[in-house]
Amino acid sequence: MQKQWLWAALAWAFAQSAAATPTGDVNAQLAEMQARITQLQAAYEARIAALEEKLAAATAPAAASAAAVPAATLPAPSRGGGAGAFNPEVSLILQGAYQHKKKVAERQLSGFWTPGDAHADSHAHGGDRRGFNLDHTELVLAANIDSTFRGQATLALLDDQVELEEAWFQTLGLGQGLGLKAGRFFSGIGYLNEQHPHQWDFYDQPLMYKALFGAHSYTQDGVQLKWVAPTDVFVELGVEAGRGQNFPATEQDHNGAGSRALFARIGDDWGVAHSWRVGVSHLRTTARDRERHMESELIGEHAVAAFSGKSRIWLADFVYKWAPNGNPKDRNFKFQAEYFRRQEDGRLAAADEQGLALGESGYATRQSGYYLQGVYQFTPHWRAGLRYDRLQSGRQDLGSNPAALQTVDYRPRRATAMVDYSFSEYSRLRLQLARDRSMQGLTDHQVTLQYIMSLGSHGAHKF
Amino acid sequence: MRRFWLVCLMLVLSAPVLAGVKVLATVPEWGALAREIGGARVDVFIATHALQDPHRIEARPALIARARAARLLIATGADLEVGWLPILLRESGNPHIQPGQPGYLEAARYVVLRDVPQQVDRAMGDVHPDGDPHFHLDPRNIPPVARALAARLMQVDPDGSATYQANLDAFLLRWQAALRRWEAEGARLAGLPVLQVHRAFGYLFHWLGMQSRGELEPKPGIEPTSGHLARIVERQRAAPARLIVRAAYQSDAAARWVAERAGIPLVVLPYTVGGSPDAGDLFGLFDATLARLQGALR
Repeated sequence: MQKQWLWAALAWAFAQSAAATPTGDVNAQLAEMQARITQLQAAYEARIAALEEKLAAATAPAAASAAAVPAATLPAPSRGGGAGAFNPEVSLILQGAYQHKKKVAERQLSGFWTPGDAHADSHAHGGDRRGFNLDHTELVLAANIDSTFRGQATLALLDDQVELEEAWFQTLGLGQGLGLKAGRFFSGIGYLNEQHPHQWDFYDQPLMYKALFGAHSYTQDGVQLKWVAPTDVFVELGVEAGRGQNFPATEQDHNGAGSRALFARIGDDWGVAHSWRVGVSHLRTTARDRERHMESELIGEHAVAAFSGKSRIWLADFVYKWAPNGNPKDRNFKFQAEYFRRQEDGRLAAADEQGLALGESGYATRQSGYYLQGVYQFTPHWRAGLRYDRLQSGRQDLGSNPAALQTVDYRPRRATAMVDYSFSEYSRLRLQLARDRSMQGLTDHQVTLQYIMSLGSHGAHKF
Repeated sequence: MRRFWLVCLMLVLSAPVLAGVKVLATVPEWGALAREIGGARVDVFIATHALQDPHRIEARPALIARARAARLLIATGADLEVGWLPILLRESGNPHIQPGQPGYLEAARYVVLRDVPQQVDRAMGDVHPDGDPHFHLDPRNIPPVARALAARLMQVDPDGSATYQANLDAFLLRWQAALRRWEAEGARLAGLPVLQVHRAFGYLFHWLGMQSRGELEPKPGIEPTSGHLARIVERQRAAPARLIVRAAYQSDAAARWVAERAGIPLVVLPYTVGGSPDAGDLFGLFDATLARLQGALR
């Protein structure tokens, strides 16, 4: 409306000026007028744009403005919220369970080196306690730090312990598909490693994670660089370097990296209903005097064995998801599988409980394992799932073995079934049954009833 | 031989020009709009389709790959995509489409949102604190988004400014004409009492002056329960609704149950572009929506 009026005015002004100099150089005049009109138009457009911007910012009117395009549209200011708008997104996850299982003095994986007896279960989810059990309460704080970085901290709280599970920052856009993360973070190796316990489809982690890392995830204190390839198929490569203080490594005083990881992933859709991701990863760590109790035939009792050397882990993971028409709200299915091989090479020193040396030998192990699981959501609230775990203690070569340390050959395995009900996206109750044969000579039938409740601005989950 | 390499070099150099501006649209309506404004200069990828609930999408690897390549992202905003878009943005490693950049366009910033809750509590269900995000179903909300989109395209691809301006002008002219036609056709729907499955059609009802008699979901995003459905059927006696509508992506069972008990027609509306065979673009979306509503009244 206004614009038409302006054009009319301009046309009138132009006609006036043209009429006033009928004998002049009409072409030059025309060109000058044209330039002036263009200038006026540009100025007018800019003003309209500015006005529109203000209007959009203030009230965002539906159809009130002229058909002009703002010359330089900037994002409108963020919606209200006042001072609170800058607060980090906070979420708190409440978890607990009732568990019925056999009384076992010291749970371990037969044939595998379970980390430090003293604090074996300090942060193993669920622990070994029976009956009613409060699990870690997870507190997550996350926010964009500025236009360059985002940060997140995850605290796991339980009684007198506060465990800093994660505390990292990441770049928001280095460009070229690159992303840098630094601080303490769950390593990008494998599939389940980056997930927190509340995201798991079962109460406990697969046996292979317990065998590999003792804890539920391998945590790096270090840096991670990821690159997404510029292709229509998802291709991601990542590299990490970290302090390497967690099992299978040990805390050491050194420069450089005690833990290095590489991972590569490919993923895509098959039609609208199917999607998948395949990954391979490699983790390399060093340990110095990693201690464990072992049976010694020489002294006829427990000896303390200390491993110094290298651990190399290869992981392969596969995830497949199905949802009718690609709409997972009502029904969906998820299948995941992971496989590992671990190779440890170094020296093993043995001593008795008093610290008297019993001799040193070589140490070389080749171990492997896998799990397979499928979870089906058959109505909007209900899901059911099955999982099978199997590990192979494999070759454990102690060389000359002067202390006559005993190794155990065993194949820990477990079958698990679960059904869970979600009242909404934020609350879930789960019943899980397991037949656990992870310890030699023991078949443990476990029944678990678990709740997971999520308060606050719960962030989106990855694929 | 040298000529061969020269040709190769030229092909490589010209490839980005030939490829077109890569636009990632979270939902089909903005994908269709990007095609109207961008024409042949843009290469549009739409993250979802009309049979998917836009609230519940997985941040699939394929979507991360598309986000990595995009030069411009157009999203609805108002928390519609909150469950998956932040992951795509963070995992993409693409600085162009991060919030605050010219390549990040949130359509909700350019319209007035309805049903902004006074108070927000999870006990109220899946409420959107910024207001109802399904605003594309009021056709009067399309032009401001179209203008914003054209402006952003000009910013990220200045060489195409003339094309975008021309496409925008042509689109707005056609839209104004279509809007007059729809309002004339829709006049007889004014005052019509209707039920819906999820509060997805608030803007459509508001535009046409239809009366919403409530939703089958007891609370937004919460699945209908048999008790709630029985109450709705009960309420039909006192304050009858003439129709029950559902979006193509919503499940049929609850809506059909109520339609049968209450003896009123169930109308499946496309909801977005591609939701029915005749809703091939934004014009088709409203043509099809009006045709279906009127067809059910005959």
